[in-house]
Amino acid sequence: MHRVVIAEDTLLLREGLAGLLERFGFQCVAAVGDAEALKAAVAEHAPDLVLTDIRMPPGFTDEGLRAAVELRHNHPGLAVVVLSQYVQHRFATELLDSGDGRGVGYLLKDRIVDVEDFIATLSRVVAGGTAVDPQVISQLVRRRRDPLSSLSGRESEVLALLAEGHSNAAIARKLFVSDAAVGKHVGNILAKLHLPQTDDTNRRVLAVLAYLRESVGE
Amino acid sequence: MSVSSPQTALEALASRRLLVSRWPWRSVGFLFSTLPLAGVAFAVLAIPWLVLVDRIGGDDRRLGPIVLLILLGTALVGALGPVIAVPLANVERRRLRLVDNRAVGLRRRKSGLYTDPATWREVGYTCLMATAAPVLSIAALLAVLLAVTFVASPFLVLAQQPDGGPVALGFGQATTVPQTIPYAIVGVLLLPALGYLLTLVAGAHAAVARALLVGGAAERLRAELVEVAHSRARLVDAFEVERRRIERDLHDVAQQKLVSLTMQLGLARIDLPPDSPAAASLTAAHEQAKQLMGDLRGLIHGIQPQILTDLGLAAALDELADHAPIPVTVQTRLHDRQHEGTAYFAAAEALTNVAKHSGATRATVTAHQQGALLTIEISDNGRGGADPGRGTGLTGLADRVAVTGGRMLLSSPPGGPTLLRVELPCTA
Repeated sequence: MHRVVIAEDTLLLREGLAGLLERFGFQCVAAVGDAEALKAAVAEHAPDLVLTDIRMPPGFTDEGLRAAVELRHNHPGLAVVVLSQYVQHRFATELLDSGDGRGVGYLLKDRIVDVEDFIATLSRVVAGGTAVDPQVISQLVRRRRDPLSSLSGRESEVLALLAEGHSNAAIARKLFVSDAAVGKHVGNILAKLHLPQTDDTNRRVLAVLAYLRESVGE
Repeated sequence: MSVSSPQTALEALASRRLLVSRWPWRSVGFLFSTLPLAGVAFAVLAIPWLVLVDRIGGDDRRLGPIVLLILLGTALVGALGPVIAVPLANVERRRLRLVDNRAVGLRRRKSGLYTDPATWREVGYTCLMATAAPVLSIAALLAVLLAVTFVASPFLVLAQQPDGGPVALGFGQATTVPQTIPYAIVGVLLLPALGYLLTLVAGAHAAVARALLVGGAAERLRAELVEVAHSRARLVDAFEVERRRIERDLHDVAQQKLVSLTMQLGLARIDLPPDSPAAASLTAAHEQAKQLMGDLRGLIHGIQPQILTDLGLAAALDELADHAPIPVTVQTRLHDRQHEGTAYFAAAEALTNVAKHSGATRATVTAHQQGALLTIEISDNGRGGADPGRGTGLTGLADRVAVTGGRMLLSSPPGGPTLLRVELPCTA
């Protein structure tokens, strides 16, 4: 059973998240309301996953993110998912740069409400996967318009799912196409972005993200 | 305070409540503080003339020295007058508030010190300060002294009693208490009149000062406009604060509750067998809740983008550029958070126009703060021809900018390119 620490300053949402996670077989060992309490709870409970809001007291800017980056530095292997109200590519890249990019997620808060997808994403991250909100990806894509503009509509969709950490099979299911078709799209994307082909799902994501990050000029 | 309460000492004279108001006391303060300032004006401007008067009055009436003194006195008033009149006038404009509630405003010199007519009005006022003003003030204050002495005369005589010497009382003198009684009665009767006298003298002085120092109707109007502009800026500030409060309330309360509710609905959907009668309506409810979340997010964004509140202008402009349909380059150099809302809405309005009308393929947004000026420039490579008269967007923006004391400049020749520049003054 995965042990989770939740950090979210709104009581209602915090309790809701805890209930949701318990319902799907996570063990919620602590639910706290600010970044300092989060660090203390991680030190005390040594959880497998941290789920934190980016914006938290006292400053309500990026306290949760700072704490997440610090925790990942101090606790190698700790999976972290941050929830944000809005897309901020600087936040996303900062977090993805922490650790080796494994076991990390950046999601918009709205994703919570699609309960099953949300839980599936958390499970992928705990298992070492990477999950980046499709909206973040589409913004990163928009920022880099040359080779990416050469991607077809379907290829862009596949790229977004790729960055979320889905396997070819999962992407095929989501888009109602065959595995072979997805494999072909992925091959085209990697070729158009000048990225080496690889079989490891997670490294594929990281390669895509690294490319996008670099092109943003971070 | 009612709308019709007096604004100046002269207006206060007509008030039936003058003697219980603060106006007589304010007038006393004004007349007392006149004396040291008059002393300065007198010392600088009047000495040569005094020597002259002394000579003419005396035996020495040779023409040479008299002409010399006249020239010297005139030169002193002409050359030195403005030098002391200008700072004196500045002090006087401030001091005017003692007996005049109306706006005075700051004077801006239109031309050189010696060529500005306002300077010579100030010199004229300074001459009055060296001559008439102290005489009037001293006379008024002597009247006070006289009345007080009258009222106090019985006690003064009592204090003198052991020696029995006479006490001088203005136009007469008294040696016994009964002799002082008429004086004391006159003194008591005089006291209320003193309130009017002091207010009259101070009010008259202030009226002359205002006429000479505050200038004509145009300048008064300008002073009042400054006041209006300030009050408008205060209103807008209050509006901004309120806007942020609403944004925060919606975000921290309504939005979080809605996310929680939608999550619960999502959970309930999982618990229900998909073929149960309730499943369909629950699914519909969940979808509606999700829709509402999107709507609310849009609404809050329209009031004040979250990212602007949380992370400031640079991040908000980045986000704005990310959402634009054409490539937008953003450059920022900012070091404090003044006028962020205005600057953001300028960029948002301009980029909306670029997308709607310009046909541009790229745009640039720069926001630089240098010294006390925040400059936002939005340029595009479109077809130009933007006209503030056609839509409400640009005029609304110009209004917003004007309130901060800033200005908006638009260059958009037919055929392009278009450059919109907004300058916002920052306070240190």
